[in-house]
Amino acid sequence: MKNFIKSFRLTLVFCVFFSVCYILVLWIFAQFAGPNSGNAEVVELNGKVVGAANVGQSFTEDIYFWGRPSCAGEGYDAASSAGSNKGPTNEEYLAEVEARIDTFLKHHPYLSRKEVPAEMVTASGSGLDPDITPACAYVQVQRVAKARGMSEETVKAIVDKAVEKPFMGIFGTEKVNVLKLNAALEKAK
Amino acid sequence: MNTEVLGVIAQIVLMVVLSYPLGKYIAKVYKGEKTWSDFMKPVERVMFKLSGINPNEEMNWKQFLRALLVVNLFWFLWGMVLLVTQGVLPLNPDGNVGQTAHQAFNTCISFMVNCNLQHYSGESGLTYFTQLFVIMLFQFITAATGMAAMAGIMKALAAKTTQTIGNFWNYLVLSCTRVLLPLSLVVGFILIVQGTPMGFDGKMKVTTMEGATQYVSQGPTAAIVPIKQLGTNGGGYFGVNSSHPLENPTYFANMVECWSILIIPMAMAFAFGFYLKRKKLGYSIYGVMLFAYLVGVCINVSQEMGGNPRIDEMGIAQDNGAMEGKEIRLGSAATALWSITTTVTSNGSVNGMHDSTMPLSGMMEMLNMQINTWFGGVGVGWMNYFTFIIIAVFISGLMVGRTPEFLGHKVEAREMKIASIVALLHPFIILVGTALAAYLFVHAPAFVESEGGWLNNPGYHGLSEMLYEYTSCAANNGSGFEGLGDNTWFWNYSCGIVLILGRFVPIVGQVAIAGILAKKKFIPESAGTLQTDTVTFGVMTFAVIFIVAALSFFPVHALSTIAEHLSL
Repeated sequence: MKNFIKSFRLTLVFCVFFSVCYILVLWIFAQFAGPNSGNAEVVELNGKVVGAANVGQSFTEDIYFWGRPSCAGEGYDAASSAGSNKGPTNEEYLAEVEARIDTFLKHHPYLSRKEVPAEMVTASGSGLDPDITPACAYVQVQRVAKARGMSEETVKAIVDKAVEKPFMGIFGTEKVNVLKLNAALEKAK
Repeated sequence: MNTEVLGVIAQIVLMVVLSYPLGKYIAKVYKGEKTWSDFMKPVERVMFKLSGINPNEEMNWKQFLRALLVVNLFWFLWGMVLLVTQGVLPLNPDGNVGQTAHQAFNTCISFMVNCNLQHYSGESGLTYFTQLFVIMLFQFITAATGMAAMAGIMKALAAKTTQTIGNFWNYLVLSCTRVLLPLSLVVGFILIVQGTPMGFDGKMKVTTMEGATQYVSQGPTAAIVPIKQLGTNGGGYFGVNSSHPLENPTYFANMVECWSILIIPMAMAFAFGFYLKRKKLGYSIYGVMLFAYLVGVCINVSQEMGGNPRIDEMGIAQDNGAMEGKEIRLGSAATALWSITTTVTSNGSVNGMHDSTMPLSGMMEMLNMQINTWFGGVGVGWMNYFTFIIIAVFISGLMVGRTPEFLGHKVEAREMKIASIVALLHPFIILVGTALAAYLFVHAPAFVESEGGWLNNPGYHGLSEMLYEYTSCAANNGSGFEGLGDNTWFWNYSCGIVLILGRFVPIVGQVAIAGILAKKKFIPESAGTLQTDTVTFGVMTFAVIFIVAALSFFPVHALSTIAEHLSL
């Protein structure tokens, strides 16, 4: 019983120490050093917020670059992140990938099958992947350029600028943030 | 060289290099020697005073365990009450409701035992209040419980003959204030700068470029992620854990988070050597663990970067590995590294979906948890290794015809019995649980249907999903093949029971062994003593672990992961 009372008192002390003090220190730090004072960083276009920079959103129109397939809610639902959790030999899943390849080729008739990047037909872990690989962006250039009536060179130049190098140039992957890329595209209009 | 592979190498080097000084520091803290963090002393004094605790009171191993178990029981009640009533408590801007009894039971136990298995999704299953006053609080104090237990064992083994093993409360508080808190703050600062949210506003409503409305969940994420990683907790703030782009926004953030998983378990292995002034023994244990870890890393990185052969067959460009369930900014190599790092420790956070990894990667993830001793959870991983040392000492003693002894204490029948029970319990609860679930799945389809059907994948992979779940529970890991529909009556209760057994039976057994050994008469080393700090003994321990732990699981892997691999 003595231990129980000690437990109770110590737990309250820990609450003050961690759930209040520790939190407060980080919260104050975030107010000054965080990209958006503690909230998710946003992307603005013409003074209007068009999305959270690190959270992917759904793009389906031909005038935009598309992100990866998403299993979060109805697709890119940032209130219920989720992956597909499909196993690598699940026949149903493999048929789904096959169908995605067909759809992708229908919208990009100029591509051959072996040019379709696997990333564009497999779902991300969070369902909110904000990025695609540079290759994924380049294969979409022709479609986007045509839909926008812009030259392919202009669009490709915008993609070139949007490619983010690996961390410190040598660690990790190259990527393109889809939302930022599309915002840059809109600005170039 | 491939930048993804370079990233993996950099992360491992950072862990190994920094674990050495941290291990030295931790040993000093538990010994009560002078360190740079002594400015925390007044704070600790106030904490002890307010709690009515005398930190200098020495405990024998039974008193030590009693305090440990009582405080855990109290935390269980604390968590249950808050989780069920969270709907009416403050800090709930998104209006989330209280958890059901069976869900709260599972959540509460899972966080109490430092497992952090989650049968709910953080965005909707918790409020900011319970995130902070249950989840995050437990992530600190339950990690500290494991570390405190190890500190007690170190004290027991360091002494020639002793009745007492230190003060549980003292170790508990020191683990929090001197190790977990400073590291969490540093990691938290880095994550905030990288873009992880740290605020109390509700969901952010944005209108997307295509004109749709998107609600973005956020909150005090940057406070929870550091301790989730450092305390080998693993319970994510968001449902998809560190694959979520707000929880793990950049490659650099990912490096820091992955580093945080393994740094304390690695340091603990060093700390043991420093504490006992038997550095060579510390290095040899560290060496065996590191070897096993690196083998796993090599297998998973090559499996994941190699991609899914079934997708290659479709004739598309799979240049960056198997990307189903993975994020572009992290890539297949860093996700594979994380999958091994999180399973050798009892962390269980993920940065990609394990359910979608290649069959052999899935096997390595499960084997790591089934062995549960390569670095392991903070404190407790090393303690599992200690169990196997006792068994290895006994077996080698018999082989060479010497009295088995460890650190100057005779290992006798009683300790050996406890060690065997602890070592065998782990495969027992995993396999019995899986067998029961598989039996029900086949013979009680109506019941399984009423629970939503459970499995997300057919065939061999379905068995893997169930096996993974019990493995993760018994190892107090908390990751999952998340396709499994596990927020049901059956899974919540059966996993809850496995969780408790998997946590407390080993801790009680290991502290008891150390306590019993410490009371025995000290035998000075002689030419006839079995050397435990040699390479030979390291290999011996590895063999014992492999035979006892890994081979128990071979048949079930043959039916699940290996069968799936062969069907690729």
